Parts: sequence; structure tokens; C-alpha cells
Amino acid sequence: MLAFTLRRLGQSLLVLVVMSFLVFVGVYAIGNPVELLVNPQADEVERLRATAALGLDKPFLEQYATFLRGALHGDLGRSFVYNVPAIQLILDKLPATLELAGAAMLVAMALGIPLGLVAGLKPTSWIGRTIMAGSILGFSLPTFWVGLVLIMLFSVHLGWLPPNGRGQTVVLLGVPVSFLTLDGLRHLAMPAANLAIFKLSLLVRLTRAGTREALLQDYVKFARAKGLPPRRVIGVHVLKNIMIPIVTVIGLELGSVIAFAVVTESIFAWPGSGKLLIDSINQLDRPVIVAYLLVTVTIFIAINFVVDVLYSALDPRVSLGAAASAH
Amino acid sequence: MNSAAGDTPLVTEAPAAARSPWRRFASEFAESRIAMAGLLLLAAIVVVAIAAPWLSPQNPYDLAQLDVLDSKLAPGEHSSSTGKPYWLGTDDQGRDMLSGIFYGLRISLSVGIASTAIALAIGLVLGLAAAYFEGWVDTAIMRVADIQLSFPAILIALILLAMMGQGTGKIIAALVTVQWAYYARTVRSAALVERRKEYIEAARALALSQPRILFRHLLPNCLPPLIVVATVQVAHAISLEATLSFLGLGLPITEPSLGLLIANGFQYLLSGKYWISFYPGLALLATIVSINLVADQLRDVLNPRLKR
Repeated sequence: MLAFTLRRLGQSLLVLVVMSFLVFVGVYAIGNPVELLVNPQADEVERLRATAALGLDKPFLEQYATFLRGALHGDLGRSFVYNVPAIQLILDKLPATLELAGAAMLVAMALGIPLGLVAGLKPTSWIGRTIMAGSILGFSLPTFWVGLVLIMLFSVHLGWLPPNGRGQTVVLLGVPVSFLTLDGLRHLAMPAANLAIFKLSLLVRLTRAGTREALLQDYVKFARAKGLPPRRVIGVHVLKNIMIPIVTVIGLELGSVIAFAVVTESIFAWPGSGKLLIDSINQLDRPVIVAYLLVTVTIFIAINFVVDVLYSALDPRVSLGAAASAH
Repeated sequence: MNSAAGDTPLVTEAPAAARSPWRRFASEFAESRIAMAGLLLLAAIVVVAIAAPWLSPQNPYDLAQLDVLDSKLAPGEHSSSTGKPYWLGTDDQGRDMLSGIFYGLRISLSVGIASTAIALAIGLVLGLAAAYFEGWVDTAIMRVADIQLSFPAILIALILLAMMGQGTGKIIAALVTVQWAYYARTVRSAALVERRKEYIEAARALALSQPRILFRHLLPNCLPPLIVVATVQVAHAISLEATLSFLGLGLPITEPSLGLLIANGFQYLLSGKYWISFYPGLALLATIVSINLVADQLRDVLNPRLKR
């Protein structure tokens, strides 16, 4: 177990280093930020001075080395636009994104698993069919368009919910959160629902497929033949066995929810890290782009690592040696 | 082409197997009425996309045909100059939304299909190579695919577009990069199962050449799962392109895809001018839903595990 964990940790770190290089190369290959930051009327001397001040006149590898040294000390450069450390900018906005992602995942789980179970138990009934039709729709609906329709319906037409912002926040453990105030909840409702729809459909399908397969297994047939009440067969024998893949997917999807928050945050002007990324791309604010990508990639690699290790610890059928070589 | 070539037909299936594989496939597909509805809708959308220049009341890219006095008209209102009605209203430049949607469908569909086709070709070759050569080739290809698949498509696309900037070629490149790994993985796992079957052994015993075994015997039998994945991926690609264009990172504004039309209308949404965003979104939704309905039924028909 320890050997597997260590090997997996080594892989994760390798991926992180490779990603950091790719991101740095890629992002520093775009445009020249000096053009954006210096007054268009500025002369050549002024331009050179600005380039030198930003460290952009040094050889490429030296820039990367400087960047890497800084990154290891938690310094990812200063934002060209706001002139504050990029990492601080990201970390300031990250709690809002995490709150949104957490709320969305909660909504998806609370609705998706029960609906999927019903659809799996009664695949041919009208309710099963309706749930599945709904999940196809949920899969097909582009997130950003659902967001627009939500705003159209609940903000413009009905006037029930605010279309943008975070609302009133309360400081909890040093970070501002929205979900503890009524105003904050009203602001959180639409973005969270918007972000949840895709994951909700995914969980419905996953739970349904797992349930259908589990119902055909011998242990379920046996449990039924033994005369166990249906409630126990479903609650213990079916649900317990389909939970491993579901929990795995929920873990893995947590990262994807954070990535997709970019879209939802842009629509609802939710002041999180995703909106910051889009603004930074438009302003060619390279240090912030690099910092966002590195923070997100790190979160991802961490989530994948934890899920992998937990998975092999939870599921006795996964042999650790095989898991490492097959993947 | 059909899975019938690969599996051994049961005795009870004899009457069905007697028909040609294509006929059987078609009749199994037609069993679901909702899938047939999806197929019809998809066919209609494709026809509209191809025939857009002849169906559209206006050429939405020709600035000379746009009348600024007609900007932001509600659906059904008439042009102030020609008196012709705008069935779905106009946008801020006086562009007829119906024409914009027809042309937008064209762009969205072609970007989706082009990127899927290229990614399919790349993934197919790499996946087959991984399964056939095994060893370090397999490890190298699959390790890259696994690492890539552990990140969500939108994040990778965002990184790539943040690096490369906008443009049709660039967004297709980003969509291809995002997609190839799905095909490589699907082909590889199908090929690993198929290559152990008797017909491959028979082909080897006949001393057929390696490329012939690979492409004429192995590949056709790996196609069913690949067709399903590719169908779903076209829908994903269209949706992803629309999302990226909506964020302002996708296609250039000169020839708007559906995503850009929606983005363009977003700023007028809060003032109640819903149609600029709403109808292109509906067209996008219809496209994606119809493709997904077809893909769902394809999955059921082509899945040997669900064979009745």
C-alpha cells in the first residue's frame, strides 16, 4: 500500500512539473504584454524599460528558471494589470469558486442518486423513462445557455432571483461565504443549479446503470430468494455495491466542476477564480493565467491522487500492482 | 461493419441473422420511436445547415444587406425599409436572427464534425498501434491519454486557446487535442479483446499481411463502440465550441457560430430582449439533443451485452 502510494505520488509530481513547463511555454508564447501595458505613444526607450522591468528581456530558459524558483516559494509573479502577487489574486477568488462548486455537487448528489435509483429499479415505467429523458436533456443542454434561460426566467421575467454577484457574505474561518445569509443563498441558487445540471444527469445515468447491472447479479437474486424485504435488498445489497464507482466519479467530477465554474461564473458574474481567468486571458495578464492554471492543475492532481489511493483501499477487487501497471 | 461479424449468433436468432446485417441494424434502430424522432430532427438540421444560403431570407455576413435601423427588432416585426418580416427578430446590427441561426448551424456543425473526424483518425491509428505493438508503444500512448483524460476537456481547451489565441483552425486544433484520447482508448480496448478471437488467428494462419489483418480484419470489428463514442463526441465538440465561443475564446466574430450569436445577445438579455440569445440557443439545443438521442439508441443496438 505504501509503495503504491509513493509511486502514485511520484507520478503526480512528475505530471505537475510537466504541466508547469507546458503551461509556462504556452502562455508565455502568446502576445507581448508590453504592447498592452505601455502607452501606445511611448517611445522605444520607454518600451525597453517596461520590458526589462517585467523581466521579459531575459532568455526564455532563464525566465522559466526564475519562474520555477519563485513557484517553489509560492511566488508566481505579479499581475501585470493589478500589480499584486498573482497567487494572492487567485487565492482570494478561490473560496468563491469552491463554494459554488461544493453547492453544485451537493445539489447533484441529493437529486441524482435517488432519481437514478428509481430509474434503475423501474426502467420501463413512465417515471423511469421520464427521468432518463430528463437526463438526456440535462446532458445535452449547454451549461451557458441554461444559465441564460435561468436569468431570463427568474431574474428578468419573474424577478425572483438576482442575476449576478455573490450577495451579502459572512466571514467564516477567515473567508467570506454566501451560503449563510438569505441574500447570499438567493445569489447562490441559480449559479449552483446551473453548474449542477450536468453532474446531476451524469449521476442519474451512473446510478441507473449500476442499479440495473446489480439487479442481475447472483447476490441480489440470492438475497431475494432468501426472502429479504425489497427495501433491504435495494438499500444494502444494491446500493452498497454501486456506491464505489459513484463515489469515485463524484470525487473525480469535483475537479471538473471547478473547471466548468469558469462558464457559470462568467454568466452570473460570480466573483470567483474562473471569471478572473477569462478576464486575465482577455487582458493577456500572463502571471495570473499561469497561476490559475497551476493552482487548478494542482487541485486536480491532488484530487486524482486521493481518489486513486482511496479507491484501491476501498475496493478489495483492485489489486494494487495491477492498478499501477494497467493505468 | 456490424457486430454480427464478430459474435457467434445464437440458434434462436437464426431468422434475424438471415437478413443482411444492415437491415437488421436498421430495424433494431427503428424500434425506438424517440430515437427515430431524433434522427429525423438531425436530418432536418443537417439539411438546413447545408442549404442555408438558399433557405435564409438574408446573407447575415454581408454587411450591405444589414440595416441598422432594423436593429433589435422583436420576433415578427417588419423591416422599416423592405417591409419584410423578421420571424425571429434581429440582433444589435439589424441581422436577421433566422438567417444568422441557419448560417451559425453550418459553422457549428462543420467545426464539430471536422474536429471529430480528425481526432477519430488520430485516435484510431494510435489506439490500434497501442493494442497491436504493445510494450513501450502502448505504455507511452496510453500514459499520455490517461493523463490527458484526467483533466476535463474544457480546462485543456481553455489552456490551449489561452496559448494560441482565436481562430477557426485553432479551435479545431483544440477540440482535436481534447478528443483523440477517447478514441485511442476505445479502439485499444476493443482491439485487445478482438485480437484474441479465432478469426484473427485464422487470418494469421492464412499468412495475410500485417496491415491487411490490422485494417481489414481487426479494425472493422472494433468499429461498433467507436461509432457510439464518435456520435456522442460530435455533440460534445459542438457544445464545447459553443461554450468557448461564448466565453470569447473560440471563433472570430466575423462569421458567428451559434455560441457567438448567443454571447452577442447576452448583453441585451437583462433588458428583456431575449430572442437574440434564446433562439440560437434553441437551435444549438435541438442539434445536441438529436445527436444524443441517436447516439443513445446506437449504443443499445451496437452493445453485444444488451443483445436480446
